[in-house]
Amino acid sequence: MTDSKYFTTTKKGEIFELKAELNSDKKEKKKEAVKKVIASMTVGKDVSALFPDVVNCMQTDNLELKKLVYLYLMNYAKSQPDMAIMAVNTFVKDCEDPNPLIRALAVRTMGCIRVDKITEYLCEPLRKCLKDEDPYVRKTAAVCVAKLHDINAQLVEDQGFLDTLKDLISDSNPMVVANAVAALSEIAESHPSSNLLDLNPQSINKLLTALNECTEWGQIFILDCLANYTPKDDREAQSICERVTPRLSHANSAVVLSAVKVLMKFMEMLSKDLDYYGTLLKKLAPPLVTLLSAEPELQYVALRNINLIVQKRPEILKHEMKVFFVKYNDPIYVKLEKLDIMIRLASQANIAQVLAELKEYATEVDVDFVRKAVRAIGRCAIKVEQSAERCVSTLLDLIQTKVNYVVQEAIVVIKDIFRKYPNKYESVIATLCENLDSLDEPEARAAMIWIVGEYAERIDNADELLESFLEGFHDESTQVQLQLLTAIVKLFLKKPTETQELVQQVLSLATQDSDNPDLRDRGYIYWRLLSTDPVAAKEVVLAEKPLISEETDLIEPTLLDELICYIGTLASVYHKPPSAFVEGGRGVVHKSLPPRTASSESTESPETAPAGAPSSEQPDVIPTQGDLLGDLLNLDLGPPVSGPPLATSSVQMGAVDLLGGGLDSLIGGPNFVAPPAAAVPANLGASMGSGLSDLFDLTSGVGTLSGSYVAPKAVWLPAMKAKGLEISGTFTRQVGSISMDLQLTNKALQVMTDFAIQFNRNSFGLAPAAPLQVHAPLSPNQTVEISLPLNTVGSVMKMEPLNNLQVAVKNNIDVFYFSTLYPLHILFVEDGKMDRQMFLATWKDIPNENEAQFQIRDCPLNAEAVSSRLQSSNIFTVAKRNVEGQDMLYQSLKLTNGIWVLAELRIQPGNPSFTLSLKCRAPEVSQHVYQAYETILKN
Amino acid sequence: MIGGLFIYNHKGEVLISRVYRDDIGRNAVDAFRVNVIHARQQVRSPVTNIARTSFFHVKRSNIWLAAVTKQNVNAAMVFEFLYKMCDVMAAYFGKISEENIKNNFVLIYELLDEILDFGYPQNSETGALKTFITQQGIKSQTKEEQSQITSQVTGQIGWRREGIKYRRNELFLDVLESVNLLMSPQGQVLSAHVSGRVVMKSYLSGMPECKFGMNDKIVIEKQGKGTADETSKRRPSAPARSGKQSIAIDDCTFHQCVRLSKFDSERSISFIPPDGEFELMRYRTTKDIILPFRVIPLVREVGRTKLEVKVVIKSNFKPSLLAQKIEVRIPTPLNTSGVQVICMKGKAKYKASENAIVWKIKRMAGMKESQISAEIELLPTNDKKKWARPPISMNFEVPFAPSGLKVRYLKVFEPKLNYSDHDVIKWVRYIGRSGIYETRC
Repeated sequence: MTDSKYFTTTKKGEIFELKAELNSDKKEKKKEAVKKVIASMTVGKDVSALFPDVVNCMQTDNLELKKLVYLYLMNYAKSQPDMAIMAVNTFVKDCEDPNPLIRALAVRTMGCIRVDKITEYLCEPLRKCLKDEDPYVRKTAAVCVAKLHDINAQLVEDQGFLDTLKDLISDSNPMVVANAVAALSEIAESHPSSNLLDLNPQSINKLLTALNECTEWGQIFILDCLANYTPKDDREAQSICERVTPRLSHANSAVVLSAVKVLMKFMEMLSKDLDYYGTLLKKLAPPLVTLLSAEPELQYVALRNINLIVQKRPEILKHEMKVFFVKYNDPIYVKLEKLDIMIRLASQANIAQVLAELKEYATEVDVDFVRKAVRAIGRCAIKVEQSAERCVSTLLDLIQTKVNYVVQEAIVVIKDIFRKYPNKYESVIATLCENLDSLDEPEARAAMIWIVGEYAERIDNADELLESFLEGFHDESTQVQLQLLTAIVKLFLKKPTETQELVQQVLSLATQDSDNPDLRDRGYIYWRLLSTDPVAAKEVVLAEKPLISEETDLIEPTLLDELICYIGTLASVYHKPPSAFVEGGRGVVHKSLPPRTASSESTESPETAPAGAPSSEQPDVIPTQGDLLGDLLNLDLGPPVSGPPLATSSVQMGAVDLLGGGLDSLIGGPNFVAPPAAAVPANLGASMGSGLSDLFDLTSGVGTLSGSYVAPKAVWLPAMKAKGLEISGTFTRQVGSISMDLQLTNKALQVMTDFAIQFNRNSFGLAPAAPLQVHAPLSPNQTVEISLPLNTVGSVMKMEPLNNLQVAVKNNIDVFYFSTLYPLHILFVEDGKMDRQMFLATWKDIPNENEAQFQIRDCPLNAEAVSSRLQSSNIFTVAKRNVEGQDMLYQSLKLTNGIWVLAELRIQPGNPSFTLSLKCRAPEVSQHVYQAYETILKN
Repeated sequence: MIGGLFIYNHKGEVLISRVYRDDIGRNAVDAFRVNVIHARQQVRSPVTNIARTSFFHVKRSNIWLAAVTKQNVNAAMVFEFLYKMCDVMAAYFGKISEENIKNNFVLIYELLDEILDFGYPQNSETGALKTFITQQGIKSQTKEEQSQITSQVTGQIGWRREGIKYRRNELFLDVLESVNLLMSPQGQVLSAHVSGRVVMKSYLSGMPECKFGMNDKIVIEKQGKGTADETSKRRPSAPARSGKQSIAIDDCTFHQCVRLSKFDSERSISFIPPDGEFELMRYRTTKDIILPFRVIPLVREVGRTKLEVKVVIKSNFKPSLLAQKIEVRIPTPLNTSGVQVICMKGKAKYKASENAIVWKIKRMAGMKESQISAEIELLPTNDKKKWARPPISMNFEVPFAPSGLKVRYLKVFEPKLNYSDHDVIKWVRYIGRSGIYETRC
């Protein structure tokens, strides 16, 4: 028996005939009629008129017939809501059927009928089914909650279905768990704020157990859900990773990719020094390679994802270049993606192989593919400097083929190579010029014109060549017109005598005969420049060009991180965040990678806390070092707001705990009890002996209010890394206020505006006290100097090294990141002079293991000069003493977060080497204080 | 999740249309037809976004299967599901053709209702589905039967039903490998790899617990360490067996019946197999590959209008084994005017349409060699472009695994029924085929 006959159309009166058949007494005939109805429905005919007749067939023992009727109901219930009610009774009855297959079928279908009145009746049966003894019914009911939520979210919440659904995560049957997870994940997506998927170590453990037992699809649901969890520390992350890695051997590619997603995300939290980190990296490569032997559609999905993975962690696949070589029979979409990845993996080590392959590809048939291959050769040249020469000769070979689109593409990329390696490959210009006539694409024409203009002095007939383009000026595209205008002006500046006429011609074409405002404006600018000041014109037009960057097509890091969280999904295929292609609020929750958090045990505990100090609470308070991506990238780059006053104290506390622990006794003077003199440590014993009277006679008389030492500006962000923005700067401290003196230089060709700055959390809570004020747009080659006031009330996180500051600067072009080290002495406060008694007691109180000794060499100053110079940077001499011909200076300083540092500086007259002993509750600052001493004394 | 699933014939007429989500309307059916099936250009991507609606498609002969969604779904899962859908349909009614789909449309709807719920894929193992989606109508099942079905569909072993009985317990293992090679004219291996599959056909009663063992280097080395003391006492010669004959596997993937966590921790492959035929594992190796044939080319240009080609092939395996279906393809320049061939064995022919000399040998034993020599007359051309000399490619089939993989055991253990591992009749077969097997000349 075949069903195809139902597709054959009958003549008029079809509906009428069907109606009669549906109401027939014979079961077989009824069934036949329903099949016909479904067939009509499939091809798009409207058979809704038969609604009552079809629903009448619902009451039947025949499961096949029942399913067909249900199918019809799902399609038409919405258009006939009143009549759909007629079906409710049967549904409710079926939900009580002794056969679990029928119970499940009823609840499954009911959820698909999107009629408000029906949903009310659905609640009771659904509640029963969620607790059904049969797992098949429960797993169907779990999905039904998601269906109901889609129709009426409020109802689901009111009826308490969400709680029941949460309970199902602990169900004994793995498939029920998987479906419950899928349903909850979907519901949670539409309520981003609700803590629906309340993932905690216990529930994660349940999911991981179910992962081993459920179907391949269930494993995908669970892995996708796991990817949304953020483990509390690196240990938990590692233990989850360990339990997820077996999935990499699954035959289902989606399971593998979802597992890769979880691993890529959690890896972010693992320290690179861990052995496990390396193991994990090694484990990821083989399954990714294996994905390439799947069916082509899946290969495509895999390749799009590998493209992201390679950008995020190039080390994973760096040795696997060969597997991305294009096969003859690959579909074009696979070929193009492979090519992209090949370029990303190209390095000095494999460039010879890559080039040989690319050359092969350039002779293939598919035009897009060939073009991309040619472009790839150019990109290799720019990426791997050592290969540039070979790439250029390959490109020249390709130009010799005279295949039109190959030649054009080659010229476009050669232009870029010229930009990257000026004055190296210009010998090929002659060959390029031979192909002038065959260029018919604007991009290639523009590139060629640029080359002619740029190297006009080396091309004998440059004027003729450009003139030939000028003939059809108005038929050219804007791109070519603009390029031609610039090229002729360049030519004129280089060979003024022969080309005056030509330049007149192009200027008048651009300004008078064109209705394109961009072209006209540029024409006028040149015209005026040339007529008023030809020397200036030369400087402007023939200015040195900024270098082009290596990788122009990298995905922006914030987006890349977000896409890594979406591995396997459509977002990773499109390389767009879901908000770009999903309508409404569903699924547009912004995702980001977790910051690295070390578990409390593995924190390298810096504090050699004094005995008796409360050390137990410390691990909780320490905001440990996150990584750049975790925090810096999530910064909101709006104008920074200084923290509310309340925050200040808590930050201070945090910092104290961070750096020393137990320092409160130092700051809060009242608690302090002067110890008996006998307990003075040995190294201070001498000073005690020599009598206190002359010991503490020194006053701070020499001190002036001039600011502390300012280092010369250093380049923090080179223009190459920041699309033309160069930032150099230094830190100053003047009259109690810290500022960051910046010099911004625009080395790009476009105007920069909308500057903003933000700091990552750092050890001392440095933060901008005011927004970055760049009043006028920064035009090309312009430089501005800005002093950015800073405060120390920002959030605190211990950095490595301690004085590391990570900065993000935004402008209209992009966001850039750099990090710099600030000299610690900008943090030395003005009231850092300690009372002598206090000094003595404190010195003694700080355990000896906190003492650090340093040598300051080649400092020709005497004790007086040292003292006064240090004082201007807020290092105060508390006392001075002469012991056996040596000058001993006892000094104190205080950091912005209230940490005291005590110093003993031993100076031998005639010896330029000083010995510096530092004592501090937080010994890790000593090194940096020493560096501050060095800088201040030597400059 | 998947919002809808459509099946079209080659003309773009809808054969099956099932919508799961409210956000997918009837117009989506037409959008795909117009923009993809009837598109003038060749399809550039298996995923298409039309007006914020994403379409995933695969093609089977003339039939288009398209899944539609408006959400950010797991794309890999959608494609895996579409393939699975094809497998299920093929298991029910054979080839996926317009006729078969029309003949079984009620069945397909029933399947679609079962394996996709609200766009979430559910159990799609044919073994399980066939127990309750039969198109004969479920007659009167007993209560036990019903609960057996549901527990199987939702259970941990969704791919096998209980109560299977065979008079004769038998299983077949096929190790199928394709060996790929790119060799330089001087005989240097530029790249070589084997991609292999282990296909199992089982006719076993009950719920048999199976354990599969092969000469995986990691396992052998581990065992060598662990049991070295015991074995050396009893059988001093035992350690000599291991080591040399084991192979290093780069990566492998398994059918979902294999317990992956066990493989990850102990590297043992244990499973309860589906009934009938299935692919147990896939693997890749790149080390110590046995290259069954060596091709030695010699091309000499005699003046501008003549080429002399001599190609020697050597078989490199045990003399007792026979390779079959051997074919050597020697490319010729585009301006070839005539070819004279002399070969020692088999038949050789110049095929002008394919620009190649095709040399076929039916059988060849191991450690033999054979050669062909040809004189190629060329038309004089003024084409500056040199002939690119494409590589000589080869096809063959050999009765062993070029990776060196050996099945060590397949133990069957069924605790409830009274048959033991010894009662099961087991067959193992190795077939090595050429993948892309090329030698540059």
